[in-house]
Amino acid sequence: MNTRTHYDVAIIGAGMSGLAAGIRLAHFGKKVCIFERHNAVGGLNSFYSLDGRKYDVGLHAMTNFVKPGVKGTPLTKLLRQLRIDRDEFALCEQKQSRVAFGPRGETSLRFTNDFAVFESEVAAKFPAQIDGFRRLVALVKSYDDVSLDAKPVSAREVVRHHIHHRLLEDMLFCPVMYYGSAQERDMEFGQFVIMFKALFLEGFARPFEGVRVILRVLQEKYRQAGGERRMKCGVQRIVADGRKATALILDDGSEITADHVISSIGAPETERLMSDQLDPVGKPSDVCTTPVGRLSFVETITVLDRQPAALGWGSDTIVFFNDSEEFHYEQPASQVDVRSGVICFPNNFDYGADRTLAEGWFRCTCLANYAQWANLEEEDYRADKARWFTAVQESARRFLPPLASGDTLAQATVTTDMFTPRTITKFTGHFGGAIYGSPQKHRQGRTALDNVYLCGTDQGFLGIVGAMLSGISMANFHILKGG
Amino acid sequence: MTKDECKKLVLDIIADIAPDEDLSNVKPDVRLRDQLQLDSMDFLDIVMELRKRHGIEVPEADYMQLASLDSSAEYLTPKFQALAAKK
Repeated sequence: MNTRTHYDVAIIGAGMSGLAAGIRLAHFGKKVCIFERHNAVGGLNSFYSLDGRKYDVGLHAMTNFVKPGVKGTPLTKLLRQLRIDRDEFALCEQKQSRVAFGPRGETSLRFTNDFAVFESEVAAKFPAQIDGFRRLVALVKSYDDVSLDAKPVSAREVVRHHIHHRLLEDMLFCPVMYYGSAQERDMEFGQFVIMFKALFLEGFARPFEGVRVILRVLQEKYRQAGGERRMKCGVQRIVADGRKATALILDDGSEITADHVISSIGAPETERLMSDQLDPVGKPSDVCTTPVGRLSFVETITVLDRQPAALGWGSDTIVFFNDSEEFHYEQPASQVDVRSGVICFPNNFDYGADRTLAEGWFRCTCLANYAQWANLEEEDYRADKARWFTAVQESARRFLPPLASGDTLAQATVTTDMFTPRTITKFTGHFGGAIYGSPQKHRQGRTALDNVYLCGTDQGFLGIVGAMLSGISMANFHILKGG
Repeated sequence: MTKDECKKLVLDIIADIAPDEDLSNVKPDVRLRDQLQLDSMDFLDIVMELRKRHGIEVPEADYMQLASLDSSAEYLTPKFQALAAKK
């Protein structure tokens, strides 16, 4: 007797994209189940508790913020498609952010959720480039960035056609790359457009309680729509007959069947599930045709006993920094590259007059090399973490207002934490600690099997709103449109 | 089912998928796209909600029949009546 449970659609991974796909499918009556290896949802954008304190991971801010009433942008599309009322996310806007370049951040471009601020900063700091900048912005605005079959073009080439100043070019690329690019040095222009709109033309916001608010809303919608989920139960293997997936073997050894499979775990990671090679530690490159991403990150998290404003760090929400002549968005040869990075103060959003986060938060992200972290002995791993924690924080502080004295920050610090490329692979399953996945995206989400589709970072809509739209688009395109 | 009732059902669907649109002055003879901010994702949703709520199938080749409220009522009313007759 065949007792295997059958689903219309099985979704692998309960991150933002998998949950969004699940909501769509369940809403329209499909029998759906999401399989998630961990006991928490969120994937790359999640949170964890340590000593009773909740830490956000991944998400610094929600991008793509637009004010109520602005229509036709990714945020609005997402809310409509998932039947979410925007008040449910309760988004609070950023104060201001900066791109700061030079050994001490001498050249700085401020931006807020009002694009006019950024435009006037470019006009003031790069007067000879402002016409080209405006032409570039016009092109970005008119570009069809969600087309599923656009021809790839180099963003560096397109931008250089309009901007003839290396510093400004790098200053535009730095935030756009750090917030989503899986490709070193350059990116596909369609992806540049998605991120440029998400960061500069739209903007940053955050729910007071962080990413868990968004995850809570998504889970609730999914549950209400009748979707099922299995936590602590990943998919070990996709069994195929010819070009069709016929069953999924789960971590507990049981099998389920599904008409369609949507995988949000990444392209090479999905290919490994489809290969016959069962050895889970087999080198991904042996069985994957999609290259594994080379970009990974470390992040330092410092919990403060006071608001950052009390240290003189109250005005910036996010700071993208780079100290060198040129900006190097590439895999570093050493464990970490502290020349450039991103600083985030989750406190510095506009939560309203009498509402502040209970503690201060200071987060710094830098590029890192997965291989240099992956195989360290526990003792060396801890020592290297401690060493780089100091180096990352010291590098970042060059771009912030100086503190009263040398030990001010140490005195204000309650506790610290840090994630490395190793942490990323452990919790997300992404090969190579590659948060943004493979440099090769699969816009239509197709795989070697006809009824297995990708969504999420390797489908290629970037950022957290992009991730949700990716799940929606793939559910619509491959499953719902067909009836 | 009258054509006016049919228009009301379509408007109810639009109100649910696009709660941020003001539907108080929708002109029945003007294309929905020209007076509301609806994209192809939203039109797909109208089709799918018709199937989910009312069991009405709209094949992709007929999507353009839903361009305005008038054309929607023209196209959908006979389908609703045929469905009612079967019950």
